[in-house]
Amino acid sequence: MSGASISLRSVGKSFAGRTVLSDLDLDIAAGQFVSVIGPSGAGKSTLLRLVAGLDAPSLGRIELRATGQKADVRLMFQEDRLLPWRTVLGNVLLGVKGRRDDAMRILDAVGLQGREDEFPVGLSGGQRQRVALARALIHEPDLLLLDEPFGALDAITRAAMQLLLEQLLKARPRTVVLVTHDVEEALLLSDRVLLVKDGGIARDLIFDQPRPRHRGDAALATLKEELLDGLLTAERDVAAVA
Amino acid sequence: MAPSQGRRSKFSFMTDVSLLFRPAEAKAAGRTEPFARTGEPMVTVVADVSRPSEVSGSRANGLAWRSFILPWLLPFGLLLVWQFLSATGIVSTAIVPAPSDIWEAARELTARGELQRDILVSLRRVAIGFSIGALGGLLFGVAVGLFEPLHDLFDRSLQMIRTIPHLALVPLMILWFGIGEEPRLILVAMGALFPVYINTVGGIRNVDPKLIELGKSYGLGRAELVRSIILPAALQPILVGMRYALGVAWLTLVVGETIASRDGVGYLVQNARELLRIDIIVVAIILYAIAGWLSDFITRLVERRLLRWHPNYADRVKA
Repeated sequence: MSGASISLRSVGKSFAGRTVLSDLDLDIAAGQFVSVIGPSGAGKSTLLRLVAGLDAPSLGRIELRATGQKADVRLMFQEDRLLPWRTVLGNVLLGVKGRRDDAMRILDAVGLQGREDEFPVGLSGGQRQRVALARALIHEPDLLLLDEPFGALDAITRAAMQLLLEQLLKARPRTVVLVTHDVEEALLLSDRVLLVKDGGIARDLIFDQPRPRHRGDAALATLKEELLDGLLTAERDVAAVA
Repeated sequence: MAPSQGRRSKFSFMTDVSLLFRPAEAKAAGRTEPFARTGEPMVTVVADVSRPSEVSGSRANGLAWRSFILPWLLPFGLLLVWQFLSATGIVSTAIVPAPSDIWEAARELTARGELQRDILVSLRRVAIGFSIGALGGLLFGVAVGLFEPLHDLFDRSLQMIRTIPHLALVPLMILWFGIGEEPRLILVAMGALFPVYINTVGGIRNVDPKLIELGKSYGLGRAELVRSIILPAALQPILVGMRYALGVAWLTLVVGETIASRDGVGYLVQNARELLRIDIIVVAIILYAIAGWLSDFITRLVERRLLRWHPNYADRVKA
């Protein structure tokens, strides 16, 4: 099993008359790591919420396909959304019955061994996101959706979390869609980068640089410049309209 | 250069308060002078700890002092002043009896067994009335909070009934039930019901929608969502409501027992008034104070246990 495939056909979404996404066609292969970047308010998170089934599209069809069973989808948000009244272990076991050993193993993998009986109130931001990651991964999802999960973390913690995510995915590959503001993060982690702009996909970039990748790689640096340029023109367009 | 120099001197002057009072000693201890001479480096010692500080003996003593002795200083001080004023005749004991007289009255009542009996009777009434009212408020609140149709059906009416001061029903209750046990229990229960009801409904309806969305996206069914997310999230406001309801329950009991009763602490007061026994009235008032403080203390213990995950209560992080 290496994840679910996604297909979107003429998908549109508008909120109270304001069109956020329009006539979107997109195919994501099973096991692909796709990053979605774009200016603020371009509809990145909306796209993710549509795929997660949290919101229904105004128009169009969204399909998930997994081998043998219904695709299992888990979401990780920018805020950790831990339940403060549950211990670390209790949070990981949300919606899961009697899999204490698996939970302990996953907590071990995210570097939180020995913290399982603590309440979230005592954890740092990075540790809280580790718990949230463990909570998503215990379900062994076919599709992992990440909505700027490391956006609120400091640079060092963010780098550590990116590394952790890469290791965990290497051990058990699955389809991942990551929404991020951080172009570098997108290029470090993904096989494919989508630039969302004006309610559609402005660029669709396959990036097959060998791993592990480094922030200093020449190919990465060139692409980063290019994508940042694309983002900045988009932001300028938004400013001009406003 | 000159203005910045001036600012720095002023800063050190403000931090090092001891210099204001004991310049000679401070100089002797080798500390900075309040006004540095130009060109000389200036050191401001913000902290200098040579020994790792655990809770030392003197600090533990300080804590004991702060948490046990300090809160009692004012009541006992007042008691002493009061005794002094009565003993010297500055305040007539016919108006306010001396603390020693009140102590005597309490002992006399205890010796006759009246005090114990009345306290037990009152405690029992509060316990029964509060339990009925709080349970009713909780059940109604959960039902109305969780089910939109029930909210539409009941909430308006309950909010309207709530605005009636329940003590206004005392005459009605006496007419309907006489001065038996029922009117008091009903009044106490009514007093306790609404604070719990309102806080339960509010707590449930104000649960962070992000957490509910999380629960749904993690495949929780309706029952599991209520059990794992909605009720724990509403727990804090519910407990606030309970605490408030307990206060209202005591207040209601005082009024209920004072107006129509043959026993209980309120009756004690009523009887004492007829016999002009001011000392007994004061004993009863002190009893109410102790009872109120005790019930608040117990609810706070419960809160501390149930909300131990909450940042405000998380002095012990381990489960």
